[in-house]
Amino acid sequence: MTSLLDKKRIFEYLEKEGKRLDGRKPLDVRKIEFEENISENAEGSVSVKIGETEVYAGVKLSINEPYPDSPDEGSMSVNVELSPMADEDFELGPPKIDAIEMARIVDRGIRESKFIDFKKLCIKEGEKSFTINIDIYAINNEGNLLDACSLAALSALCLAKMPKYNEKEEKIEKEITNKPLPLRRENMPIMVTFYKIGKKFIIDPKRDEEEIADYRLSIAISEEDEEIKINAIQKGREGSISFEEIEEILKKLEEIYRKQYLKIKEKILSYG
Amino acid sequence: MEERKIVVPGEIIVEGESFLPGDFVRKEGNYILANKYGLAEIEGRLVKIIPLSGVYLPRKGNIIIGRVTSINYRGWLIDFDGHYNGFLSLNEVPKFINKGELRDYLDYGEVVYAKIIEVEGSSTELSLKFKGLGKLEGGQLISINSFKVPRLIGKEGSMISLIKELTKTKIIVGQNGVVWVKGEKIEDEIKAKKIIKFIEENSFVSGLTDNVKKFAEKLEEENE
Repeated sequence: MTSLLDKKRIFEYLEKEGKRLDGRKPLDVRKIEFEENISENAEGSVSVKIGETEVYAGVKLSINEPYPDSPDEGSMSVNVELSPMADEDFELGPPKIDAIEMARIVDRGIRESKFIDFKKLCIKEGEKSFTINIDIYAINNEGNLLDACSLAALSALCLAKMPKYNEKEEKIEKEITNKPLPLRRENMPIMVTFYKIGKKFIIDPKRDEEEIADYRLSIAISEEDEEIKINAIQKGREGSISFEEIEEILKKLEEIYRKQYLKIKEKILSYG
Repeated sequence: MEERKIVVPGEIIVEGESFLPGDFVRKEGNYILANKYGLAEIEGRLVKIIPLSGVYLPRKGNIIIGRVTSINYRGWLIDFDGHYNGFLSLNEVPKFINKGELRDYLDYGEVVYAKIIEVEGSSTELSLKFKGLGKLEGGQLISINSFKVPRLIGKEGSMISLIKELTKTKIIVGQNGVVWVKGEKIEDEIKAKKIIKFIEENSFVSGLTDNVKKFAEKLEEENE
């Protein structure tokens, strides 16, 4: 729990010096590190570290009946697990509201960008199709789990290979082919979450900064012909937001994306 | 003093009838065995372990720093980074407070420097009725492993005076590993925080005082 004293100091320093207690500027991202293929059994897996925050993500395919409203498409499901190992405030048991929200924000960013070509995941119209299961586990929480989860999901998708499909028995074999998943890589969505503290906006918060923020706004964007498209937006926490603030955030987002996130995007795209 | 060695629970530290078990060790027959992961120390006949990990264990008489997490009609619940929260009763503050006015004296998230007067099972009773205790105002908190507190304080407070001198800050160390730092400028507090973290990480490297001085010089250079 963040004490009132620490809260006051974070406010003051940000307001007066425009800096954060760890020396970063408001819109600086900590060092991001990737470690590929950490799991033997997953079709694709990755560990992503943002500073001291760490998450694991794995992609596994299964066979299901397509949904009746899209008989010729496969599907995707994202699951986020916040275990007590990552943070003393997380509890054991079925996913709580935080984990469900996180999974849905990540899910929506990927789904709405049309990053996955669901039509190519169909095996037999109306009867059988692949489901992509993305499982994300929080290993350590030092703030900004949301963005870490999103980056991990994308990297795991890019790393994943299609498993061998046994047509006779209609099931997935243990073997993995070297065919990548049907992705539209040019549509890759990048998610950045803004936090408002006092009158300033910051990204990539530490745990205490996250705790004292008025609200957060997660925006997933993708690029099309040099233009930035918004795929999904989600606001969290109780603070209120104005139109001017959204405009300010969008302006900052473009700058951050071009300055800090293009390199990360290229790195993820180089997988697979 | 003999050289310290790293032990794991169940490991034999020393053999012999004459040795006495101290903190975190037990005696079984002729052997002294470890109960915790840490550095084993033999001082004369006494064998003890300085743990390298684990949560703070409250002890009667310890002076700690904690944050108010909850308030009820009888007092305040204080989080001091232990297994359970501590309780500061209305009767244990040096001022008469009307019921319903507890928040005026100590509010949620505020920080106190308090003494542990009773430990029984999961309940830890705190008191402010001693000299120098009370609410802490301004400054920042840093949490370190409580077993590293003696290193941070140093012999007769030498290390803590060194940090105060280097950073021109006021520092109070709680025996639970929560440290309060207050300086005139926030930069000074950040510098002190970095030095304290450095001591926590390098607490068992020999020549700690010199290393701290070098580290502080390095921080100074980085700032310029």
